[in-house]
Amino acid sequence: MSDSHAAQDTRGGTGERAAILARVREALTVPTSIHVQRDRHLAYAEHANHAEESDAVGGLLPPVGASLQSRIDRFQERSESLRSNFLTAECTSTAAGVLGRIATDSGWKRVAVHNAPLLDQIAPHLPCDRLQIGENYDREALEQCDAGITVCDALIAQTGSVLLTATSAGGRALSVLPPHHVVIATAAQLLPDLPSAFALLASTYGKSWPSFATIITGPSRTGDIERILVLGAHGPKQLTVILINQNQEQ
Amino acid sequence: MKTIALQQFRHDADIAAADGDRRAFIRTALGGYYGVRGATMASYANYPAARAKAAAIKWDALENLGEHLEAFESKLLDRGVKVHWATDAASARGYVLDILHRREAKLVIKSKTMTSEEIHLNDAMEQAGYDVVESDLGELIVQLNKQAPYHFVFPCMHLKRGEIKSIFDKAYGESGSDDPENLTMIARRVLRQQYLRADVGISGANFGVAETGTISITENEGNSRLTCAMPRVHVVLMGIEKIVPRLADLALLQPMLGTAGTGQLMTCYNSLYLGPKRGGEIDGPEEMHVVLLDNGRTRILADSELRDALRCIRCGACLNVCPIFKNVGGHTYGVTYQGPIGAVIEPHLRTVQEFGHLSAASSLCGACTETCPVKIDIHHHLLRNRKKAAKSKRGERAIFGAFTFLMRRPALLRWVGRAAGVIDRLARPLQGSALDPFKAWRQSRTLPSPAPSSFRDYWKSRGRR
Repeated sequence: MSDSHAAQDTRGGTGERAAILARVREALTVPTSIHVQRDRHLAYAEHANHAEESDAVGGLLPPVGASLQSRIDRFQERSESLRSNFLTAECTSTAAGVLGRIATDSGWKRVAVHNAPLLDQIAPHLPCDRLQIGENYDREALEQCDAGITVCDALIAQTGSVLLTATSAGGRALSVLPPHHVVIATAAQLLPDLPSAFALLASTYGKSWPSFATIITGPSRTGDIERILVLGAHGPKQLTVILINQNQEQ
Repeated sequence: MKTIALQQFRHDADIAAADGDRRAFIRTALGGYYGVRGATMASYANYPAARAKAAAIKWDALENLGEHLEAFESKLLDRGVKVHWATDAASARGYVLDILHRREAKLVIKSKTMTSEEIHLNDAMEQAGYDVVESDLGELIVQLNKQAPYHFVFPCMHLKRGEIKSIFDKAYGESGSDDPENLTMIARRVLRQQYLRADVGISGANFGVAETGTISITENEGNSRLTCAMPRVHVVLMGIEKIVPRLADLALLQPMLGTAGTGQLMTCYNSLYLGPKRGGEIDGPEEMHVVLLDNGRTRILADSELRDALRCIRCGACLNVCPIFKNVGGHTYGVTYQGPIGAVIEPHLRTVQEFGHLSAASSLCGACTETCPVKIDIHHHLLRNRKKAAKSKRGERAIFGAFTFLMRRPALLRWVGRAAGVIDRLARPLQGSALDPFKAWRQSRTLPSPAPSSFRDYWKSRGRR
């Protein structure tokens, strides 16, 4: 199937690749005009005045407090404006109870889960059927599920986002095909900001990348019709994040 | 010389500008955007510095574009992604059609990609007999309505809910209420089965990370995630200028794109694609292709000033603030990339002879430059395009030649000034008739009469007092 000319390794090849690279290099032999360069110098100068290290973007984005509680507060605040459902639980069994109530209230018949130790402590206690997603799972069946439950790589307080990958969270479809996506996370996974999330990706997967990663910020939405917000355009209509915080103070 | 494109532009601009109702609708639709975006910008620790940093990142990318492209390709090839370099639209279309043929595809699902509009991919695929479905709600609506996108971020912002309902009625049968919620859910239901049935998914790319060989896609609906998850083949169309050097750059560019584009600190899904399904993963495409498109971009890069415009991240902010865009509308531009940034790059992606007039579709107010999240000096480039075009305009040269002649001769200028008042009074009965040289002007504006006395005369009389 993949023996056609379309599937050639083009490394060191000729033809269009060589032509485009030659044009790029030829174009760049002419130095960038002073007029537009001025902006560039301005760019570096302005930036240097405000950030401590030249590579940092952390000091530019919305600020997040250092303590766990301020991260939780920021995540909560962002969840409200994104219309995500953010809940905390003291341990896995309270998390199972919290999720069980959602299952009952929403009338879930079947939920989809992937293999993860944290989910194994929660999913069996839910008052509905389970579809365990694995190699060659039934896509139609997944589409019929009322919810997809996953773990994640991290939560990002700054933006109220969930970071997950194909490796950590049961592939590409589980977190986007069912109408309700539930994320189970631990307090240790709650990162302050986007730069730390990208740093985590690089340190976790730098040697062997999964084929897919995504930063999820609220339930699926569109404003395409008259710029009016509608949730659940093609992805989940609801996003629930349950944070297990074992050191929670009462 | 009046090209066909210019005549079409004038014709469409007249119609769009006279449609006050539609213009008011567009203004209302954009009204919410300004407020939300302002609040999000204010939440940054330092938005001006963030903007400067974003500009600097895109600068680094361009200054070493060759090295970055090679590094990017190398990483992708290592993970089994097939990379095709396309010098022009025909090469990119041919490559995609080859894939469809080889995979014996029937149904192609697409998530929003302006690059595919640029190379007219849908037409080519449909003519070759494939079913093509756009999955982004706005793109789907304009596809069903057989229109081009009105705005490269908000494709159907010109259509009212009632119009969208009738488009859906025609395509899918009676759709019920014209409530946006109901209409969105209809699209959701229709497209669900298409994701599962489609043989090939085609997407664009917002950023391509050289360091890690990563495609980054920014979206809100989840249609792009489904397009890249369910079909067995994933094809990415990407302009060569979408390269960014480092993965960490996305920590700034993704929020900057969301903020400038829609006012969201982060859009709903910012996804990274690194290759086809790997061993140990449970789903994803068997095959992934990346098409790297030049199609005129290296021509822009070769211009030492204009290359500034290749930093564009296609957020659409310059359209949203442009008084001309709001008055003439997106379709009037007649090109893939509308608005101020389109007016800068389209004449060079196509031909300056045919599309040079777009650079005149600007009031040079500079709102575009001020709003650009990567600090492209947009109105400077518009002015420079104009300057180049003016050199070749005989009429304009004659007018300015006469003006210069007059200004150098004060006595003659004084005489012409007095004569103008007299001629104006005498010629009043002719106003608006076929003999009136200002007939076209008077159709939509008033031509002020010359002042009864000149400034020079006024100054003299004032001195005597």
